[in-house]
Amino acid sequence: MIVVNDIHKAFGAVRALRGVSFDAPDGKITGLLGPNGAGKSTTLRVLYTVLKPDAGTARIDGVDVVADSLGARQRIGALPHGAGLYPHLTARENIAYYARLCGLDKNCIEAKVAGIIELLEIQDFADRRTKGFSQGQRTKVALARALVHDPQNIILDEPTNGLDVMATRSLRHLILKLRSAGRCVLFSSHVMQEVAALCDDIVIIAAGKVAMSASAEGIRNQTGCDDLEDAFVHAIKLVEAE
Amino acid sequence: MSTLLVVFAKEILDNFRDRRTLVSALVMGPLFGPMLFAFVISLSIERSLSDADRPLELAVIGAERAPNLVRYLGSRNLEVVAGPADREAAIAAVDNGSLDVVVVIPEEFPAQLADGIPARVEVISDQANTQAERDARRARGALEEYALEIAAIRLVARGVSPLVIRAINVDDVDVSTPSGRSAILLGMMSYFFIFALLMGGMYLAIDTTAGERERGSLEPLLALPVTRDQLMLGKIAAACLFMALSLMLSLCSFYVALKFMPFEQLGMTPNFSPLVVVCAFLILIPFALLGASIMTLVASFTKSYKEAQTWLSIVLIAPTLPILIVSILTLRPQLAFMFVPSLSQHLLLVDMVKNEPVNLLHVAISVTSTLAIGALLTWICARLYRREGLLG
Repeated sequence: MIVVNDIHKAFGAVRALRGVSFDAPDGKITGLLGPNGAGKSTTLRVLYTVLKPDAGTARIDGVDVVADSLGARQRIGALPHGAGLYPHLTARENIAYYARLCGLDKNCIEAKVAGIIELLEIQDFADRRTKGFSQGQRTKVALARALVHDPQNIILDEPTNGLDVMATRSLRHLILKLRSAGRCVLFSSHVMQEVAALCDDIVIIAAGKVAMSASAEGIRNQTGCDDLEDAFVHAIKLVEAE
Repeated sequence: MSTLLVVFAKEILDNFRDRRTLVSALVMGPLFGPMLFAFVISLSIERSLSDADRPLELAVIGAERAPNLVRYLGSRNLEVVAGPADREAAIAAVDNGSLDVVVVIPEEFPAQLADGIPARVEVISDQANTQAERDARRARGALEEYALEIAAIRLVARGVSPLVIRAINVDDVDVSTPSGRSAILLGMMSYFFIFALLMGGMYLAIDTTAGERERGSLEPLLALPVTRDQLMLGKIAAACLFMALSLMLSLCSFYVALKFMPFEQLGMTPNFSPLVVVCAFLILIPFALLGASIMTLVASFTKSYKEAQTWLSIVLIAPTLPILIVSILTLRPQLAFMFVPSLSQHLLLVDMVKNEPVNLLHVAISVTSTLAIGALLTWICARLYRREGLLG
């Protein structure tokens, strides 16, 4: 469960976030939708605690990301945008490294890593060094790495970027699996169709503000647009008009 | 603590698989430095050794006019060969470098010698050419000795002791010990060790910030439930290990290389026993923490791997500065110098190689001050690693 309450963040003169609030409940997939530069990545970075908000609060399962950032990170599996692997380690070693860093019990690490490799269907290249992996293979390993400690909350920053149809499909299946396991999945995207197809709740973000936050159905109703893309454009125009 | 060890173990594994790190840590620093050093030293030793005894072919014009002189030159390892046709040809030959030195014995030489007036001999050489001038000096020296010998014979013939023309007898007394002399040559080797040590950890230091960032692996790493201090310390510890490895290899390769150098022939006996190797390692190793932290610190300000490499090459040279300044000003070792990292290690090492007693107080100050500065820099690194700007 992720609760974001009125977050502000500025980088020098650039006001990246100007009061972002939304909830991402357990057992649901929440999509953070917005044009490039809207503040999606900044919001997610605040949530996985590599950035500190200037104002506002964010809680992961009730743990404040500023007051107890370590505790918040324990409850998160994060896949930052363009996450890189260690090219001299095999996929399995990359995953095991994160498992160890997360403090998993020594005896169960091997089984845990094997389990996540199976879940993500990456057995074929699990024991190859990751140097020269395709974008799809890399994303899968990075995702496996982020999920190895069984986090309740999963934050994915543009996970489908650079993936082909097959890889996107299997990622979508995985996200649905996580939802049925009762996890809280929050992912960002600038691809409308993807968000519409997958998300229970959609948070449209533009110019550092939440333009609209509802289900796909709710957004259509609120904007009076039948087509979600039109609704998206409409919502963004509302914010930018302010 | 366990996080630190996990990071440490991963860095070791990762870097042992990285050819670039391995080459710089285990080949470049340890082998290249001592090899180059050994090559330069043995070359200069060869040269200075062989000069005096090496048979030299000396072109002489008019050798038939002075058979005794030719015989004398022969006894000094100067083998007389026929020179160019005449004086002009000789000057041309020396000028274009086909001959280094030509001795001209004029026609009137036998007559002047017989009459007891100074007999003229010309030595044609190019004094701007240092290599050729060395040979010319040998020819000139031999001619002067011949002149002295003849003068002595003449004095004896007149019933005068030849000692009257030796008013002063100059004797050089050299107080330097054989080990001391070698210290001059070996003084520069302490820098090679520091260089090897720094090279060993350079790529790991870059990787901690610029490398991880460029690869995109820094952000997911920071999103893990671990503190940044532990990540940082684990990486610095791994860099220190590689530095220690590099230093050890370079000391060993030096130990081997020195065995093949003809120091005895120069009257030098550098003290580089296995015990000295071990002590040198112990004296130099505190520099690893300082080196790892300062390189991590410098790399953390850079935007990319390339930029980090550029800046770190300056860090590689920096430790020479205090050594250089003290050598140029020829300052004697003193207590205050022991507070200066790299300089203190250098001075202690030189003392050991010179086989002079090493001041234990100096060792203690050198070790503690180097470690203290290293710890301070590590602390600053950790502070910087906590910044938001780290992600770039």
